[in-house]
This record gives sequence, structure tokens and C-alpha cells, in this order.
Amino acid sequence: MTGEFALWVYLSRTPLLWLAVTLLAYAVADRLFQAAGRHPIANPVIHAIWMIGLVLTLTGTPYRAYFEGAQFVHFLLGPATVALAVPLYERRATVTRALLPMLAALLVGCVTAMTSALVFAKLAGIPYDVRLAMAPKSVTTGVAMGIVEALGGDPTLAAVLVMLTGMAGAVIVTPLMRTLRVEDMRARGFAAGLAAHGLGTARAFQVSEVAGTFAGIAMALNAFLTAILVPVAVSFLR
Amino acid sequence: MIVSLTLILLAQLLGEVAARAAGLPVPGPVIGMALLLGFLVLRDRTQPASTRWLPPPLVDGGLEGTAKGLLAHLSIMFVPAGVGIVGKLDVLASHGLALAAVLTLSVTLTLAATVLTFVAVSKLLDRR
Repeated sequence: MTGEFALWVYLSRTPLLWLAVTLLAYAVADRLFQAAGRHPIANPVIHAIWMIGLVLTLTGTPYRAYFEGAQFVHFLLGPATVALAVPLYERRATVTRALLPMLAALLVGCVTAMTSALVFAKLAGIPYDVRLAMAPKSVTTGVAMGIVEALGGDPTLAAVLVMLTGMAGAVIVTPLMRTLRVEDMRARGFAAGLAAHGLGTARAFQVSEVAGTFAGIAMALNAFLTAILVPVAVSFLR
Repeated sequence: MIVSLTLILLAQLLGEVAARAAGLPVPGPVIGMALLLGFLVLRDRTQPASTRWLPPPLVDGGLEGTAKGLLAHLSIMFVPAGVGIVGKLDVLASHGLALAAVLTLSVTLTLAATVLTFVAVSKLLDRR
């Protein structure tokens, strides 16, 4: 065994290497995002992901080994979700005033997200097991995996489809809102969080704190409603 | 910062416990969010006693700062899970184009339907 190889074996087994790679890739991607004038196409999450994916493929590193290190970053998703209570509380007056629009948008959005995915996927000839994993695609990863698992689908595939949906939503939301001429940041944020869960919420926080707050609420409410409605939708749209 | 993080983690922990114990379809952190919200309401309702008895970071804006610090870096937290896509490239490749088209179309439709409903209902209420 050569010296460099021994060092590589040692490093690839500690969390340090992949944690450092994750932060470095994100730092580079975020720098590019800032340089591109925070354009949605330059979304730092997407670019960090393919950079790391490339490194893993080139070094033949299994995803599991990578996640051993990167899990420290992943872990923070939970506390960050809890932290959403703070902007929510600070803007409670704005939020309570928008209660009815939120509930209406939640119902319409949740049903649209599920039925459009199931119907379009069927029209596109996508097999049933993939369609099943697609039904809760607008919901935050943990919940989507739980829903799909309970219905006998593939939770890992569900997680991947959730991520892809989030990325698509985060890129599309700003140009779409401009096209629709919606300037209400509450509505824009709510739509981002509902259609594109945490990635939409992260994008909304990049635009404004009001949008981010409403995105967080939408994400939480949609997780709840989708968990109830997906089994119904799937049985109707097999 | 330590006190604030402790409170946030405790809220998440209680949320996880509640979700498992009651078999709720809601994730633990979402229940944790509700618990932290409840804490903030109680804290401000019980002034000035809360200011006297709670650790300073929980009443002097430290908690708010920590929470916002976490949220400012929400994006990077999705990277590790996102890299998992690399492991599913075979499924994505076999349905690639159709899958991309369906997801993009569906998410666009969902965004539009949600935002337009929100705007329509809030305009309707403003007019009354």
C-alpha cells in the first residue's frame, strides 16, 4: 500500500473529509450564486450537489460513506425546522390576518400537487411504482418517505423525487411569479413552501423574510394534509 | 447560543417523542416548531416574571438570533440528502425525460394554483 493510498483510506473513513467537501462545494456554489446576481438558475444547492456527485463518482465513493460525514449538516434540518417558529411568531399579526387565504391556497395547492403529478405521470407512461413514489413529491423528505413506505413504495426513490421537485420549484418560482405579476410576498412564499417544501422555503428566505415565513407555514401545513390525502388520491388514480 | 440551541433541540426531541408516541403523520420537527411557538407565546404573556426567571439568552433576543442564524443557512442543509440523487441515476435515466417533464409541469401548476388562490381569496376579503 502506498503512502498516499493509506492516507486516502484513512481520510475517507472519517467524517472530516466529506464534511469539508460538502462545505467547500457549497461555498464555491454560493460564491457563483452571488456572482450571478442571485439568479435562480445559479441555485447553490443544485450546483453543490452535482459537484459533490462528480467527486463521489470519480473517487468511487458510495453514497453511504459520503453521508457518514455529511450527516452533521443534514442533522441541522431538524433544528432549522423548529427555528421556523421564530419568524412565524414575530409576524403572527400578518399571519393571522391571512388565515383564510392560506387555508384556501393550502387545499387547492395540495390537491393540485398530488393529482397533477399522478395524472401527468400516467399520461407519460411512467410505471405505477414510480408514480406511487411521486405522489407526495411536494412534501418535505421525511414525511414523503413515510407516506410512500406505508403504501408499499420505494422511500429512497420518493426522497430523490422530492429533491428534484424542490430544485425545480426553487428555480421556477421567481420567474413564474414575475410572469403572473404577483407581488404579494405572502402569497409567493406560501406557494414556494407548498410546492417545493424546504428548498422552496430556503429560496423564499433568499428573497424576503415575509416570503420565508409564509413558506415555512405552507411547508408544515402541506406535510400534514398530504399525509392524509395521498392514500385517497393514489387509490383513485391508480 | 448554547441555551438557545438547547431549547431548540429540546423542542425537537419532545416533538419526535410526541410524533412516535401518538403515531402522528406529522414529522417531529414540525411538532417541535409548534412547541417553540407555544414557548414564545407563553414567555411574552408571563412578563415580567419570565424575564426574571428564564436564562438571559431566551429573553434578550439571543434565541431569535440563533434561530435566524440557522434559517439563513437552510439551503446548505439540503445538500447531503440531495447528493442521494447520484445513487438513483439508473431509475432517473430510464424515465429521465418523462420524469423531468412531469415534475416540472406539476410543480409549475402547483405554484400557480396556490399563489392565484391565495391572491384571489385575500382580494375577496379585502373588498368586504
